[in-house]
Amino acid sequence: MSRMTMIEAIRDAMDVMMGKNDDVVVFGEDVGYFGGVFRCTHGLQEKYGKNRCFDAPINESGIVGAAIGMAAYGLRPCVEVQFADYVYPAYDQIVSEAARLRYRSAGDFTAPITIRMPTGGGIFGGQTHSQSPEAVFTQVSGLKVVVPSNPADAKGLLISAIEDDDPVIYLEPKRLYNGPFDGHHDQPVTPWSKHELGEVPDGYYNVPLGKAKVTREGADVTIIAYGTMVYVAEAAVKETGIDAEIIDLRCLLPLDEETIIASVKKTGRCVVVHEATLTSGFGGELLSRVQETCFYHLEAPIQRVTGWDTPYPHAQEWAYFPGPERVSRALEQVMEA
Amino acid sequence: MSEKKRLHLHVPEPEFRPGDTPDFSNVTIPKAGSVRRPDVDVSPEEIRDLAYSIIRVLNRDGDAVGPWADLLSDDELIRGLRHMMTLRAFDARMMMAQRQGKTSFYMQHLGEEAVSTAFQCALEKGDMNFPTYRQAGLLLAQDYPMVKMMNQIYSNEEDPLKGRQLPIMYSEKEYGFFSISGNLGTQYIQAVGWAMASAIKNDTKIAAGWIGDGSTAESDFHAALVFASTYKAPVILNVVNNQWAISTFQGIAKGGSGTFAARGHGFGIPALRVDGNDYLAVYAVAKWAAERARLNLGPTMIEYVTYRAGGHSTSDDPAAYRPKEESDAWPLGDPIERLKLHLISKGIWSEERQLQTEAEIKDTVLAAQKEAESHGTLHSGGSPSTRDMFEDVYKEMPPHLRRQRQEAGI
Repeated sequence: MSRMTMIEAIRDAMDVMMGKNDDVVVFGEDVGYFGGVFRCTHGLQEKYGKNRCFDAPINESGIVGAAIGMAAYGLRPCVEVQFADYVYPAYDQIVSEAARLRYRSAGDFTAPITIRMPTGGGIFGGQTHSQSPEAVFTQVSGLKVVVPSNPADAKGLLISAIEDDDPVIYLEPKRLYNGPFDGHHDQPVTPWSKHELGEVPDGYYNVPLGKAKVTREGADVTIIAYGTMVYVAEAAVKETGIDAEIIDLRCLLPLDEETIIASVKKTGRCVVVHEATLTSGFGGELLSRVQETCFYHLEAPIQRVTGWDTPYPHAQEWAYFPGPERVSRALEQVMEA
Repeated sequence: MSEKKRLHLHVPEPEFRPGDTPDFSNVTIPKAGSVRRPDVDVSPEEIRDLAYSIIRVLNRDGDAVGPWADLLSDDELIRGLRHMMTLRAFDARMMMAQRQGKTSFYMQHLGEEAVSTAFQCALEKGDMNFPTYRQAGLLLAQDYPMVKMMNQIYSNEEDPLKGRQLPIMYSEKEYGFFSISGNLGTQYIQAVGWAMASAIKNDTKIAAGWIGDGSTAESDFHAALVFASTYKAPVILNVVNNQWAISTFQGIAKGGSGTFAARGHGFGIPALRVDGNDYLAVYAVAKWAAERARLNLGPTMIEYVTYRAGGHSTSDDPAAYRPKEESDAWPLGDPIERLKLHLISKGIWSEERQLQTEAEIKDTVLAAQKEAESHGTLHSGGSPSTRDMFEDVYKEMPPHLRRQRQEAGI
């Protein structure tokens, strides 16, 4: 075991996989010599050479398109899109190409690629460094979508993503890179080095894709969360004293419905939280699944706490961010009903 | 203060529209054999003029002339003619099959048969093409089983792609033919990525990207050129300029630049412009580019000047936007007629053998069609399993798809 930040854990996952498999290559904007703007690839070029870890031109479609070509050759590229906000130029390559290649060629060609990107706000990044675009990927057949919430999961999930034979979108909540941010922006964050979830197993291990984790057991209400919102939910539970069960989805696609259904059937109440916008957000999908499968167990309407349906603002960041206060209110409402 | 000049928008128009008499006498066609053949390690700056000229080998009398000639044996030339004739006959049957309702859609190569068939002969086993929808010659030039292509076109029970893809969107890794997307331009940068992978692994294989004149306007074209140039990828970047992107003439994609080939020079990529209806010239240029790639000298851009004599697809009627006579007026002629004339002038072919071969190919195509149709056509006979609809979305079917398949009752 080693104490690691999420950045170090992500780097370690790539390091382990590059060491294990010569076909794993890492590239993206600033990821080579410099090691990435968030330092996730720091040292990899030095260790594995420029052939295996290198800088790419600023062209996200080019990065993903080239990765698809490399995968068709037989490599296993793990590419970085510098911010999830920059992924849109690559959307065609992801949706029309990577996601469908296995299907349209009946398995003749496949795209075992991992596309990493920092997601979410909380760093005063304004509208181009704060978005949570997971729902534009969960809507696509053929993709897997992963959002880790702590260093140990981040490493194990990234190893699974790189080993996966299908394309994986790997969203890194950048506000969690250094510690479990709970939405109290005016308070210091405990660094991962002082947090039990900063304990990361050494070497190779994996966390399977499609398996959620119950991070807190509870009897009264189920909170479905992922990424940063796991800690915001924890704070709200602590502050309200409501005995909530918190599910960290870890993987949105495929979705671990079993864990969700078992929990909601037990608690009879459900609050869905995410940082992304409300309308057509992934919360809508979660709500539908819960409604379809748990309707007769529900004691109250399901609540959603999400970012507002506006672009992510700069100065108004904390009015936008769905913090513990809003989650607490939803918990209280769902308990009153 | 003087009055400011009012701005106006420039929207280019083709020279001829329906009702006009097409006249290409102002198009400069260099004489066959007149364009020099540089060494493959030439620096791109030294051959800028080749991006604005047209490399041609076959002259009007059917002789192969100049420095790009004499690369193919008699047998190879005859094989080339057969490939082109096969592609044309195949297209004719499949166009008819579409009209008969046996499939939903088809795209033919009429007038462009030389480009893909000759190019393929410059590649080696293990190289990879990233084709568009108008390069079936890459398969036929390897004697790929026609019946397999037809099975795909018919989406029948033997369709290798299990009924999932639009007709002609073949995929055949074994034959170096990447799955055709149907989206435009995406494959161009993928070809560069494949070539980069080959270089990363210190392999000896090369890749070829394909794109049409219209799709060079896509951002992925730019991405491909940047990546190819930066990493000196062993890739041949082919632009098939058949003058028309559905109803849009090439000027809309080209804008003010002289040629599509010249785009390569902005990236330091050597660029050649070639007569796409000249089998020998296409082969010679492809061979030159392939040699460059194999010697680790990096990418080459090739523009094939040709003409889409037919519609864009079976859903298109070109009479609506260009003169019917334009195809005949096009100065580069018919690739099959030109190679035939060459073989006759060499004394290794005759009109009689041409007719014989035509009949023989027609029989082969018909036999393949008959066999394919015994496995069904789009709306009748054997069809792919409905169950297959849910397969291959992922390597392993996740629970939600298993549930949906159950719900669909299949």
